[in-house]
Amino acid sequence: MSYEVAVVGVGQTKFEYQSKKTTQELVFEAAKKALDDAGMTLEEIDTVVYGSAPDGFDGINMKGEHVIDAAGALGKPFERVFVGGATGALAPITGYYHVASGLSRATLVICQEKMSPCKPKPQGLFNTIFDEFTDRPMGINLIYIFALEMNRYMTVNKIKLETLAKVSVKNKKNAMDNPYAQLPMEITVEDVLNAPVMAYPVTKYHISPSSDGAAAAVFVNKNIAKYKEKPVWIAGVGWCLDSTYWTNRDLAYPKYVEYAARQAYNMAGIKNPQKEIQVAEPYDPFSYKELQHAEGLLLANRGEGWKLIEEGIAYRDGKLPLSPSGGLLGVGNPIAAAGMMKFNEIVLQLRGDAGKRQVKNNPKVGVVQAWGGLMQFTGVLVLKA
Amino acid sequence: MAEFHGVKSRWEIKYEWSGGIAISRFMQGLKEGKILGVKCPHCKRVLVPPRIFCERCFIELTEWVELSPRGKINTFSIAYIDTNALPISTPQINAVIDLDDARGIIGIFHIIGEAKPEEIYVGMPVEAVFRPAEERTGSILDIKYFRPLKEGKPNE
Ligand SMILES: [Zn+2]
Repeated sequence: MSYEVAVVGVGQTKFEYQSKKTTQELVFEAAKKALDDAGMTLEEIDTVVYGSAPDGFDGINMKGEHVIDAAGALGKPFERVFVGGATGALAPITGYYHVASGLSRATLVICQEKMSPCKPKPQGLFNTIFDEFTDRPMGINLIYIFALEMNRYMTVNKIKLETLAKVSVKNKKNAMDNPYAQLPMEITVEDVLNAPVMAYPVTKYHISPSSDGAAAAVFVNKNIAKYKEKPVWIAGVGWCLDSTYWTNRDLAYPKYVEYAARQAYNMAGIKNPQKEIQVAEPYDPFSYKELQHAEGLLLANRGEGWKLIEEGIAYRDGKLPLSPSGGLLGVGNPIAAAGMMKFNEIVLQLRGDAGKRQVKNNPKVGVVQAWGGLMQFTGVLVLKA
Repeated sequence: MAEFHGVKSRWEIKYEWSGGIAISRFMQGLKEGKILGVKCPHCKRVLVPPRIFCERCFIELTEWVELSPRGKINTFSIAYIDTNALPISTPQINAVIDLDDARGIIGIFHIIGEAKPEEIYVGMPVEAVFRPAEERTGSILDIKYFRPLKEGKPNE
């Protein structure tokens, strides 16, 4: 048998570049905020899940063990999830299993990243996640590969750069209402198109920043949730990977995202995601990724992700708001914590607690997706109020 | 709050990797001016970079084939930054090239040379240009770049 799992508390730190706080200080701040939001103390937590990806960013090898005191994990089962950007979904999925299995009554899930210590810029470290024989000698980094994928996605689906620029404009504007955001701003499509080109078609405003930050949530079983005010239920989870050989992948359509989404929707009893999902946080490290991932999440027909932005569906007052938090483009991208921030946003939206960011359609069902690994790993969670 | 203090450090770590069974042979091929792949007898794909297994059919692969150095641009990008995201003076054309002799989605990452950025398009036929034999070391960099294919002008 499995136990129903509710999210009863969320919290996060500000996302910023070159945070003066240490890894432990960020972890503690997010964890304490989530516990406070849940109205719980550490004594009530049975297990702790911590998510963080490449150790190389903050240069602390075996970072999981490094944070256990700050994570409230002394004397408890502790588990680290380590799958790049997908960590922000896989950590909550792991937390879900701890409670669903009955092993834990309450689990604290914390995701954290500190990228800025890596010099001269964190981007160079991404070279080390790729193949040591065929990729690394070529000097590959993530911007190189994203730019290639973006061009393939645009070319196959005949999408204009203007359309993708609108995603950046939307998310950075949404972030204006997010007190934790690193890059909130009101810019125009022209600003995005005319920004310095990093790797065509990627300009500075098509890409999320490097960030430091943490986000956390408290998961409990039904017996504890019934004493809480606005529990949000985890209705479905799924995850899936594509091949490690990235030049052997379909760069236009993320079939593996679709597989992960179908797994989560089946579990949640979602038959028609385009009708039933009311708010979504698809992973948006780059502008095109929000639309490509929305297609994989079956929130748009294949090749028609552009309609979500061009027809106004994806805005906060639209039929299916995407990234009302401000997303990675607006709030920031501290790898593991970015997905967890998106998870927390869906919790707040379903509780009706998103304040100025609250979407207009009174949502009861939402979906969150995080993505990364070697640019081929995704996790999906369906949440219900 | 008091002033923040910190420390500086660096990891000085060296690695040496064996190319193993498949990549060693691939590298030997590059040194000889050839692109080698492995053929899966089940799904018929020719896999590059080669591996000793087909990840889809999950069988061991032993049939080696030499592929034509020609292919088509699957996608491209023009980079104005280096690996560390620092600006570079001459833009670099990055591409995924679908190799003509591979079946299925089998591309290779490399740079494009002997071309202007504005000439490049998805679907453009290109061919590998190898470095002179004496300069090759058994590395992906033994391919200098891919260049647009000009009819009647074979790869010298
Ligand atoms: Zn096969």
